[in-house]
Amino acid sequence: MSNIPSDLKYTKEHEWARVESDKVTVGITDHAQNTLGDVVYVELPKVGATVTEGQPFGTVESVKAVSELFAPISGKVLEVNPELESSPEDVNADPYGDGWLIKIAPSDTKQLDSLLSAAAYAKLLESA
Amino acid sequence: MTRRTPLNEAHRALGARMVDFAGWDMPVQYSSLIAEHEAVRNAVGLFDVSHMGEIEFSGPGALETVNALISNDLARIADGQAVYAGLLNEQGGFVDDIVAYRFSPERILICVNASNREKDFAWMKAHAKGGTPVDRGEEFAQIAVQGPKAAGLVQRLTRIDLSKIGTYRFAEGEVAGVRAIISRTGYTGEDGFELYCAPGDAVALWNALLTEGQQDGVKPCGLGARDSLRTEMKYALYGNDIDDTHTALEAGLGWIVKLDKPAFIGKEALVAQKAAGVKRKLVGFELTGAGIPRHGYAIHKDGRPVGEVTSGTAAPSLGKKAIGIGYVPAELSSEGSTFDVDIRGRAVPAVVVKTPFYKKP
Repeated sequence: MSNIPSDLKYTKEHEWARVESDKVTVGITDHAQNTLGDVVYVELPKVGATVTEGQPFGTVESVKAVSELFAPISGKVLEVNPELESSPEDVNADPYGDGWLIKIAPSDTKQLDSLLSAAAYAKLLESA
Repeated sequence: MTRRTPLNEAHRALGARMVDFAGWDMPVQYSSLIAEHEAVRNAVGLFDVSHMGEIEFSGPGALETVNALISNDLARIADGQAVYAGLLNEQGGFVDDIVAYRFSPERILICVNASNREKDFAWMKAHAKGGTPVDRGEEFAQIAVQGPKAAGLVQRLTRIDLSKIGTYRFAEGEVAGVRAIISRTGYTGEDGFELYCAPGDAVALWNALLTEGQQDGVKPCGLGARDSLRTEMKYALYGNDIDDTHTALEAGLGWIVKLDKPAFIGKEALVAQKAAGVKRKLVGFELTGAGIPRHGYAIHKDGRPVGEVTSGTAAPSLGKKAIGIGYVPAELSSEGSTFDVDIRGRAVPAVVVKTPFYKKP
């Protein structure tokens, strides 16, 4: 059974978003890391880059495969997890904590309303 | 319809994640691909490879019939030996890559890729002279036991003296009370065996190997680890590195092509290609920039597309180094040659290296 924290928002592509006052932290879900398997490489945008809701902003690769990452919200990249270059396995070990990917300054917080709640995301996984 | 091996329920009970592979519901990994990969390099791993096909030729002239279909030479080996070979088309490309077991000159069993079972059978039926193939695929399950501790594990379960079965040799006998063909072959670069048994015996054999192997640190391993292990050895995977449009010589598999034996399908094309010079070659390379090469990525030289990546991974036994296999022009195929791999529009530099990528320490 996947861990789906109730205080986060989710995308259909298995990213999560943690909303704080002026920034949104983004990662991939427990289900996503489990499906991918051992993560060995993460490609992320640079600080200052712009990401667009629903569009790819990077990739996460396991030994076996490469998967695109989709931005849950549009905005400017404030921070990129500096640990993932040397420890991409953090994405597996702690997907909602140390394995976070980027922090975004949202350009339109209204976009957050279209993200899935934890309950809705759990339902999506059940129906898959 | 997705097909299931006799071990399907055993995989699910072990918590495997299942995927469709060539129409078969197969385990891709149980716990962690890297842990499974390392178990095979350092201890022992079990793979369900029951999806592989088996085709037999028997009767007088069976050896000659098969020898005219495959690129390697069954006349050069003894009974109880096997050869890796190409089943080639007239252009010297691969219909499939196979292992042929010589039980006797009158009985040859051919192990074929799951994805090619029907195609191979039809090809053999259409091209075999003086013999008829029999599809034995439904009569065999197959378990690969691979790793430095494989021989010790299997030996504790059989009275057959495994020290007498050298590489690419096989014997028939009982393992864990189950009648099996015990073949010292594999697809991992490690010592080990492939055990062919009746489908009804597969669960008993699998469970006996898992139980007896606990002291060795045995792990059930999925297709994910199977692929990373073979990639580190630059073993070709049909549909990735070899196919009907690339010849055995281009694939660097000249050693399984015996041009001095009597006629076989593809021989004339390969003789001509050898005389003219092989223009593109399958090489192993490492990325010197960031990223991981993947099947289908373009290879560029000075901004121009010149080749294609056929396999790639972050090699678990090489500190997750990004390694790849791909076809490049002959002039870029020698060790130290450099080119770029196009990773989603980014030109990442790569250098040709010696293979296998992985060598036993």
